[in-house]
Amino acid sequence: MSDETNENPAPERVIGTPAAAPAGKVLVSDDEAGPVEAGFDIDESKAKKAERIVALLFLLAFAAGVGFMVYFIGWSGRDGGMHGIERTQESNLWLGSLMTLSFLAMAAGVTVWFRRLMTSVPIEQERHDLATAEATRASFARDFQQGTIDSGFTKRPLLRRTLLLAAAPLGLAPLFLLRDLGPLPEKRLRSTWWGEAVAKAKREGKQGVRIIVDGTNVPLRASDFNSPGGMITVLPEGIHENGEETLTLIAKATTILINIEPELIKPVEGRENWTVNGIVAYSKVCTHVGCPAALYEQTTHHILCPCHQSTFDATDGAKVVFGPAARALPQLPIAVDDEGYLIATGDYPEPVGPSFWERG
Amino acid sequence: MADEQLPKAVAGPLNFVDDRLGTVGFMKRNVKKVFPDHWSFLLGEIALYSFIVLLLSGVFLTLWFKPSMLEVHYHGSYEPLQGVQMSEAFASTLHITFDVRGGLLMRQIHHWAAILFMASLMVHMLRVFFTGAYRKPREINWLIGIGLFTLGMVEGLFGYSLPDDLLSGTGLRITQGVLESIPLVGTYGYMFLFGGEFPGVDIIPRMFTLHVLLIPGIILALITAHLMIMWHQKHTQMPGTGGTETKVTGYPFYPVFMAKGGAYFLYTFGVIALLATFAQINPIWLFGPYDPSAISAGSQPDFYMGLLEGSLRLMPGWEITAWGHTLSLNVLIPALLPLGIIFTGAAIFPWLERWVTGDHRYHHVNDRPRNAPTRTALGVAMVTFYGVLWLAGANDVLAEKFHLSLFATTYFFRVTVFLFPVLAFIITKRICLGLQRSDAATMAHGYESGTILMSPEGEFSELHKEPAASEKAKLLSKEEPKAPLPAVDANGVPAKGTKGPIGHLRTRLALWWNADTVPIQGDGDPHHHGGHETEEGDQPKQLTH
Repeated sequence: MSDETNENPAPERVIGTPAAAPAGKVLVSDDEAGPVEAGFDIDESKAKKAERIVALLFLLAFAAGVGFMVYFIGWSGRDGGMHGIERTQESNLWLGSLMTLSFLAMAAGVTVWFRRLMTSVPIEQERHDLATAEATRASFARDFQQGTIDSGFTKRPLLRRTLLLAAAPLGLAPLFLLRDLGPLPEKRLRSTWWGEAVAKAKREGKQGVRIIVDGTNVPLRASDFNSPGGMITVLPEGIHENGEETLTLIAKATTILINIEPELIKPVEGRENWTVNGIVAYSKVCTHVGCPAALYEQTTHHILCPCHQSTFDATDGAKVVFGPAARALPQLPIAVDDEGYLIATGDYPEPVGPSFWERG
Repeated sequence: MADEQLPKAVAGPLNFVDDRLGTVGFMKRNVKKVFPDHWSFLLGEIALYSFIVLLLSGVFLTLWFKPSMLEVHYHGSYEPLQGVQMSEAFASTLHITFDVRGGLLMRQIHHWAAILFMASLMVHMLRVFFTGAYRKPREINWLIGIGLFTLGMVEGLFGYSLPDDLLSGTGLRITQGVLESIPLVGTYGYMFLFGGEFPGVDIIPRMFTLHVLLIPGIILALITAHLMIMWHQKHTQMPGTGGTETKVTGYPFYPVFMAKGGAYFLYTFGVIALLATFAQINPIWLFGPYDPSAISAGSQPDFYMGLLEGSLRLMPGWEITAWGHTLSLNVLIPALLPLGIIFTGAAIFPWLERWVTGDHRYHHVNDRPRNAPTRTALGVAMVTFYGVLWLAGANDVLAEKFHLSLFATTYFFRVTVFLFPVLAFIITKRICLGLQRSDAATMAHGYESGTILMSPEGEFSELHKEPAASEKAKLLSKEEPKAPLPAVDANGVPAKGTKGPIGHLRTRLALWWNADTVPIQGDGDPHHHGGHETEEGDQPKQLTH
């Protein structure tokens, strides 16, 4: 390697391509470090030119930096501050462009500087042994052993063992401190707020809880949802009166109503009374990992979860027809009350959402 | 020769510190520390500089961001969401975007820097892998790198989940579903992370603390260790650039590397600012606040999570229910296995390679990828595996853009995730061996110059020329593998390390590792061989250990 000379700098890829080394270059310009003799004398007239280019780039960076501040103070807050999306767009463009210009101009300046004006020569350094010399290792081993003997750590096992015993609770204590991070799962995942709402309604002598439309939050009549092919997201009435719990309850109770031609619905044993004129209710929480199964294709009657494409057959108890989900979407028993409103008559018969170990 | 007297302004403080700490000794040792040049050595630097950008822009964002899930009604300057109910986290993100000057720019800088951080880490690690730079003595830094990448994924996930928008809430929902599927402790982990059921009111403040304090603290500590180890062990060097196992060549730290590093930092920051200016990222005001019953089609995570998304999509719906318990293989396998294979495989690879090849030496000069065909092929197979799963994470987008059946794309990826890595292995290995053959031909009788000669007899031939010295050094950097140990020595005693099923396996693997390697020898002088093909029959370059 050391016999390599500078007349024939190594070509990078094409073997034998003539050297592209410009005369008067300062640092060896390839990725390849050159020999020790590299590093040219600077041609002063060229150096002057390079110096002026660098200075110009630095001045540009300075101007951009000043421009940034000027825009910020003078313009971005004009007419009493920011005004939504248009001013945001404008200020993002100005501030961002000026910031970019300032960084890139400075970077380019430094680049020209070290390529054209720095006279450092490549150097060579020894790689030293990383491993410690055997003698030092041995000497350390002696010192360490002596320390162990002096401490009595090995000689007095009672000390050692009781010390470890004493330290063990201290090591485990932090784990216990984390206990109050959350409640234990208990039966929480087995029910939804539908159950609670239905129970409350039944206590009041009603047949079930009314179904409200997500978004408008008004109860839904069966006659208002009577065209086959429709899908709508619904919730139990009163779910919004749960304060900061509301979102958490919705996350589990969210349900889809689908209207299918009644003759297409395949009867599921024990669920004969769970539909109203082709209206069927399934949990919207995908049984795969819990995304909202929000897409419904009315020609195939497929419910599709957009996250991982688990596909369920709405006519057949929402059984899985494709994708990574392993279970059908749970079905909610629904009926119509005396005033024609859709109601739920019970909670989901099984836990909604992703599977878990204790689910069974 | 430069003056030995420092100017007063420098000497004063320097001597003050040196009198008390003795720093000049350290500085003397390092002021001219050699940094070898190669473009690929800059990849890790991009990651470092992106991290600095992340720290700076992140601090800016914390000044306004409110990590709270308290529901509020939005009253800011973004009209379409006026009066809408949302969490304080989302409202404060809107505030940063629309009411803090430069806020959107900083948000986009932060997000783009995170993408660049992960992307450059990825490419940096591939460079280290394919050039064998992870070998002794650099295994510790390799492991730190894998740790950094893993932490980066978690940090990124938490980061883009913080604004509590519809997209990130969906990501959190998936995280929760995956957590729940873990046998025995899944539901406990779920309850403890979220402080109850999803989404609860605790997750954003908790992720915030992890995202701005704990994880960046660990990342910073690991980066510091990584750089100190790199500094101490000195950089590796590419073959043919003058460095040897005992010498390192390049330019001195001060001023050249410092100037280059400074410029490079500015370039990195400039490119991130450029992206943040012109390329919109994570427009949370379009997604809207999180609503557990809503979702938008085409939801995609940041690119470094795409592999998990893809593997979740490809997995068939396998689930085992027995003795009152449920094992969700459809979630567990895709969540743990692909990344497990890649990270564990990468982590144990240095030791695996050492065990197979029996090579326990130091390596400061890197391999050319072609000269370690089995490693290169394994790496490309792994990249292919990752890439297929990554693409599968966008199968809905692919199906839509190319008008394909969604289910067909899933079936396609289910097959190719196994098939393509195998093909990639075979093809890569053959390409490497082909390149070796071409190197061998060059060293045997020079390179093809492109000059055609006509002999007096009218015969045309191409003139071969001797390659440049550095080119020859590069080609000759290939080390020939040790001859495999004979199964039994002269006395019929089996060789050490070949006994038993493990020894047998090791011998087989060693043979496989070096199969078909092409010895590279000769001096590149076309006249020595007179144009013969002499690839075989010559003695390979012997290694001294």
